[in-house]
Amino acid sequence: MEKKRIPFLRIPAVQTLLASLICILLGLLIGFIVLLLINPSGAWNALKTIIENFWSFSSARGQIKNFGNTLVKTAPLLMCSLAVLFAYKVGLFNIGAAGQYVAGAGVSLFFAIGLGAPWWVCMIMAMLAGALLGAISGVLKALRNVNEVISCIMLNWISLYLVNMLLAPYMDINMSETWSLKKNYPAAVLPTLGLEQLLNNHQYITIAVPMAILFAVCIWVLLTKTQLGYELRATGLNKNAAKYSGMKDRFNIVLTMAIAGGLAGLGASMYYLTDMIKWPSAVAAVPAMGFNGIAAAFLGGLHPIGAIFASFFIQHITDGGSFMEKTYPAEIASFISAVIIYMCAFVLFLKQQMNKERRSSKRSGVKEGGNVK
Amino acid sequence: MILLIQYTLLFASVLLLVALGGCFSEHSGVINIGLEGIMVFGALGGALVMRYLPAGTSPFMIILLCVLASMTAGLLYSLLLAVAAINFKADQTLVGTAMNLLGTAAATVLVKAINTATNPDNPSATISYVEARKAFLMVDGKEFSWLTILTVVLLVVSFILLYKTKFGLRLQACGEHPQAAASVGINVYSMRYAGVMISGVLGGLGGLVYITAGVSEWKFENGVAGFGFLALAVMIFGGWKPFRIALAALLFGLFRSLSNVYTGFDFLNQLNLPSTVYNMLPYIISLVVLVIFSKNSAAPKAEGIPYDKGSR
Repeated sequence: MEKKRIPFLRIPAVQTLLASLICILLGLLIGFIVLLLINPSGAWNALKTIIENFWSFSSARGQIKNFGNTLVKTAPLLMCSLAVLFAYKVGLFNIGAAGQYVAGAGVSLFFAIGLGAPWWVCMIMAMLAGALLGAISGVLKALRNVNEVISCIMLNWISLYLVNMLLAPYMDINMSETWSLKKNYPAAVLPTLGLEQLLNNHQYITIAVPMAILFAVCIWVLLTKTQLGYELRATGLNKNAAKYSGMKDRFNIVLTMAIAGGLAGLGASMYYLTDMIKWPSAVAAVPAMGFNGIAAAFLGGLHPIGAIFASFFIQHITDGGSFMEKTYPAEIASFISAVIIYMCAFVLFLKQQMNKERRSSKRSGVKEGGNVK
Repeated sequence: MILLIQYTLLFASVLLLVALGGCFSEHSGVINIGLEGIMVFGALGGALVMRYLPAGTSPFMIILLCVLASMTAGLLYSLLLAVAAINFKADQTLVGTAMNLLGTAAATVLVKAINTATNPDNPSATISYVEARKAFLMVDGKEFSWLTILTVVLLVVSFILLYKTKFGLRLQACGEHPQAAASVGINVYSMRYAGVMISGVLGGLGGLVYITAGVSEWKFENGVAGFGFLALAVMIFGGWKPFRIALAALLFGLFRSLSNVYTGFDFLNQLNLPSTVYNMLPYIISLVVLVIFSKNSAAPKAEGIPYDKGSR
């Protein structure tokens, strides 16, 4: 059969890329308007700082150091966005990535400081903790039809308070945060395998960065090249059809949420075990990492490889926001991310419309004059 | 004991208002996950009015203006959901989530900008309203708020509106079977707009009640601590029916207020539980409630499904 050439704008990858770029531009534009409203004189510079992030530093040393910092934080963000997109492929909205991330952070630090465990034990336990939390939402959804968004939010807060309680005995009183791993528990710090030399002996670069990218590739392979991935996607596309063709839809829901939770939990350990961040005492709000993961997942077109670049971008502007002049609040970066998520909601609709049009025009070609619209 | 009643009533008012908001939206067929963000905007509207009102304003005017400001702010913010979900058939969960994140981020940015503009050494996201808040109290020194009375009035109004008026019944029809509703000449789009906008009004007011419940300043970085979602759990527990929602809100309000006042009870003190347990309590209870009441839920049948004129 002759293969039909698809018009350039109809290629799914092109559509996705274009849509993401439009989302970014609109997000930045609205962010810029807000900056202008706050103080017009420095708004352009502030926006430039957000976009430039580490390039805004004049010395090469500063640039490399801050580039490294962004990379270190991209690893957990990528894992969170994988947690979101993986669940979304199965039709589940995993807003609980934030809580699974919190659980992972708490458990990895507990094993590191409380039990003196080596890094790989901390990582595995963090993954299990996240998976357990995800599985709870999954079981509630599969067996009791509990809306996963609401149960995830409840679990986010429950896990936040539990982790506060769990880590309370391991606080450095002077800093009111958990003890430094590098100073006191070096066995729990992730190995670097010499990666730090690539970035001017960067303090916090570890195997976490390549590991997260590897996970993105693995998730891509899992979703597209395996039977499990096929079943999961089928369940997401049409639950009833999947069930009818003999797929275990309930089990798949639980499994998906467990895998997603495991990814987010593992992501947290990739960050907290670098010693770049510590758990402060009595945290009052769920950390933003999991929610940023939602932004990265949708911005990346719900594709694992796209998520790598989207995560870097989201982290890039988040860090850039913290380098702005102090007259502008750093939260402008999370504002821009939120606008981007909002725009992504329209993108899905537009894409659906485009593809629907193609399908219906094909159909009307077959059936003479059969255009229902 | 009297303290417990005070806080229970306050938190129950918040949950009731927001859950009623969710109820209107869902009866019209739109799932409103973004209530949390709407609450933040309502709270912001009210807090800004309290901050900028001159000192000598009469208590009645303060209440009136704050209530109007929070309702308007909530209404305007809810339009974000309405446009995306009704006109553009967007994924309602995604839009709601974006609104929650946007609400907290936008409020933080705005408050920080205002604070730094008035005093460059104050980059906090906190608005304080010690004096203005006293207008809401019925008795000086006790936390009985006029807003609780308003909430009860709105509860009755909501019930009448939903079940005893043409508008309410039409609204519900749009959430159950929009195509059938459209076939008898109801404009599904405008009905759904109405549902979402009412939820914005009630959610915004709920935000105002929340930030005046026993505190006289609010740190906008913290948002509203999952209260929008607790309200959704209350709504499900209440079976999408106003008076049952009110009872559910009272129960949840009781558990929420325990974390504020548990030290006043001897038997709770003797249990010697850490305060975190009381903080977790409302979330745990709502999970349990969801497990019990979600299976055979009385949710409007067409909720969450974008209305498509062409489908049957």
